[in-house]
Amino acid sequence: MSEGIKDKVAIIGMGCTKFGERWDKSEEDLIIEAYSEALDDAGIEPKDIDAAWFGSCFDEINVGKSSLPLATTLKLGFKPVTRVENFCATGTEAFRGACYAVASGACDIAIAVGAEKLKDTGFGGLPEFSSVLGTKNRFIFPNITAPGAFAMLATAYFEKYGLSYEEGKRILARISVKSHKNGLLNEKAHLRKEITIDDVLKAPIIASPLGLFDCSGVSDGAAVAIITRAERAKEYTKNPIFVKALQISVSDGREYMYNEWDGTTIPTTVNAARRAYAEAGIKNPRSEIGLMELHDCFSITELVTYEDLGMSERGRAGEDVESGFFDLDGKIPSQTDGGLKCFGHPIAASGLRMIYEVYKQLQGKAGKRQVKNSHIGLTHNIGGFPAMSITSVAIFGND
Amino acid sequence: MSGIIAIDCHIPFYRVNKKAIFDAWGWFDSSKIGSAKGELAFANYDEDSLTMGVNAALSCLERLKSKSIDRLYFATATSPYVEPKNTSIMSAALDLNEDVVSVDMSGLISSSSALIAANDAVESGLSKMTLVCSADKRNAKPADGLEYLFGHAAFAMVIGKNDTIADIEHVFSHSSSFLGYRRTQEDEYPKSWEERWIRDEGYLNHIVKSVNKTVEKMGVSLSDFSKVIYACPDKRTYSAIAKKLRISAEQLEDPLLDKIGYTGNPHTFIMLANALRKAKPNDKIMLVNFGSSVDIVTFTVTERIDKSKLPDIDKLLDTKQVIDNYTKFANLCGKIEQEKGPRGEVAKSAVSVLWRERKTILGLYGSKCKKCGTKVYPPQHVCINPDCNAIDEMEDYRFAEDTGKLFTYTVDNLAFEHDPPAMYGIVDFDNGGRYWFDITDCSPEELRVGMPVKMSFRKKFYDKPRGLYGYFWKAVPIR
Repeated sequence: MSEGIKDKVAIIGMGCTKFGERWDKSEEDLIIEAYSEALDDAGIEPKDIDAAWFGSCFDEINVGKSSLPLATTLKLGFKPVTRVENFCATGTEAFRGACYAVASGACDIAIAVGAEKLKDTGFGGLPEFSSVLGTKNRFIFPNITAPGAFAMLATAYFEKYGLSYEEGKRILARISVKSHKNGLLNEKAHLRKEITIDDVLKAPIIASPLGLFDCSGVSDGAAVAIITRAERAKEYTKNPIFVKALQISVSDGREYMYNEWDGTTIPTTVNAARRAYAEAGIKNPRSEIGLMELHDCFSITELVTYEDLGMSERGRAGEDVESGFFDLDGKIPSQTDGGLKCFGHPIAASGLRMIYEVYKQLQGKAGKRQVKNSHIGLTHNIGGFPAMSITSVAIFGND
Repeated sequence: MSGIIAIDCHIPFYRVNKKAIFDAWGWFDSSKIGSAKGELAFANYDEDSLTMGVNAALSCLERLKSKSIDRLYFATATSPYVEPKNTSIMSAALDLNEDVVSVDMSGLISSSSALIAANDAVESGLSKMTLVCSADKRNAKPADGLEYLFGHAAFAMVIGKNDTIADIEHVFSHSSSFLGYRRTQEDEYPKSWEERWIRDEGYLNHIVKSVNKTVEKMGVSLSDFSKVIYACPDKRTYSAIAKKLRISAEQLEDPLLDKIGYTGNPHTFIMLANALRKAKPNDKIMLVNFGSSVDIVTFTVTERIDKSKLPDIDKLLDTKQVIDNYTKFANLCGKIEQEKGPRGEVAKSAVSVLWRERKTILGLYGSKCKKCGTKVYPPQHVCINPDCNAIDEMEDYRFAEDTGKLFTYTVDNLAFEHDPPAMYGIVDFDNGGRYWFDITDCSPEELRVGMPVKMSFRKKFYDKPRGLYGYFWKAVPIR
């Protein structure tokens, strides 16, 4: 394995907007909101920035393609700006570009920006996929939505582990109840309301077996990270957060084209996690990781991810969920900020939003949500669908 | 002597209870109470004459166990495309050789014209086997009495000289420029005339006169025929014709009006398939097709009559979902359109992509690795088997005839779906290969992991601004 970027890069400042239905704010407004917070946090001036990575996903409802919208919004002079897009993993992808630039020595200070203005489609949920999957797939892809694609994970999971519809729904409900409890403590979260298992079970079905409360919020928002070389980090802040691992894994299509995948796991998570643990030097994730921000676009995704990350045994994540292992006061608190479920999911901002929470937690600045004695945090960001995914796993530490 | 080698039919899954039509329109025309009995078969929103024709032809070719046909004649009064040839799309979907002579035939009773032309081609020796296919999706205007009559269906038959189950004896045509049902390029729906005109001067007199002429010409008696097959817009005329021609009850075939309605071009051929299932060697069958003229074809059943070459019409009739909702019926037929909202907007499609990828899209061709045998859809350059990954070692492989099992699925209320909820899943093909497909002609309650499915050719979308039908394949339950 290559050397990796462990302890070469540190985050010195971050910003994140309130996520939600920000009808009165443009994407530029949201970018500036997060950017200003990040500049203040890092204590740097715009002139200190050497390069920027900009992530935004859906062209038709955002600022448009290329790096120009970010460069013109921030007035970065003629500095290099790169636009990246990798479905829902876009935010982490922007962060990865910035980290690699800094780690290589090409820049001293780089920023990663993720922003998405989802509420300009005219309907609930994400934009239609038929227009974004390419001209050929337009003719042959099924009439797929995100909840539907992830619901198929639940169908296969229930089938494999012999869970009845009711048993499966109840485990998933417990996951959402936990995230809503956490989201209530977070002023920046989109959905702030405590819910019960019964609320989840009685909610309308979006894509069977997933109901309304199994689905994350569809939100507007932006998040920004400022990074520099690890050895210079203390020049800017007392408590920089170090990047311990940053890995991405992309499906080669075998999940939906080859008769092997059993539909109860997201193979790119397994792959990215294995490489991330190796990069960070983690031997036993269940005892070494202190908190996690997972890509809980749907409750079933979170359940399966516990297993894919090696936190729970195959088919037994439900037991850990029921026992409160991932609750705010549990062994590995997860979705401490409410997750995609409650913080909301402005596509390209989400990966950076997860990092924002882990950054704040590891700095001990998470307020009412603060977890105890955590030194290592993990973020997990999926783009695409279980059957064709892009997953990044990042690990952070405060020393 | 040329004759029928195999036949199959496609009867759509949906039926409407005719009472639902009366419930919707009885306030306007209460005289139709007598017509409000039984059911009509009607095409799902993702079906048209072309797709129904393809599905009938696929089943027929499966019975034939061969695709070595050299001609395709498609007869319909309801062509989806007016300009590009419908048979060019059908040929790709059916995976016929590119040198097959394909012909579109239009108008009511062009189905028997196609049969006559096929007989000519085979008799002359120009064709070894001709595939005759016919379908109609005729809609009547809301509240028109014809709304209680019109159903949708398709049939396909292979005409050749070897292995015939019924030989064609005589062909007779009587043209009279009778204007019964009429629909011009300007019209969305057929126009009629006084019912008695169509019934008495049209069906009754034309059929009786032509049948009498035929038996006279053949020098036989009508009682020599074990079946005389004809279709009528109502049962009374059907009986009146039988009475006038002294056709016995045993010689009549179920006209299916209360089961599927009058389905236009394919109708008498579906009755013929039903008759052939019960036929014995040397039985003589007369088929009478009436539209604006009369075609009569007589058959002699051969020693090779074999049910495996014929559809089980009773099973097709029993495979159905009956609805009592007129609005849904009228909408799925395309008579009333719903507001689809922003999520229902159709994305732009590219004609050049459809042409370039025609084997993939229309023919459901994937590829098979010559190194390891792995099958994959859509076609790949690099083998999908992670232990192989050979580059450009592929040969074509067609999945359209392969059956499969549902490996996982969902019922999706968020996706825009013409007939919600949307259903789709990942299919594992029984011969290897996996892909995800929309599921149609299925109720959500039927879905389960492991459900056996087959491929059905469907209209996935209509890109109206660009004038393009997005034909593709969907999974349907094997029942």
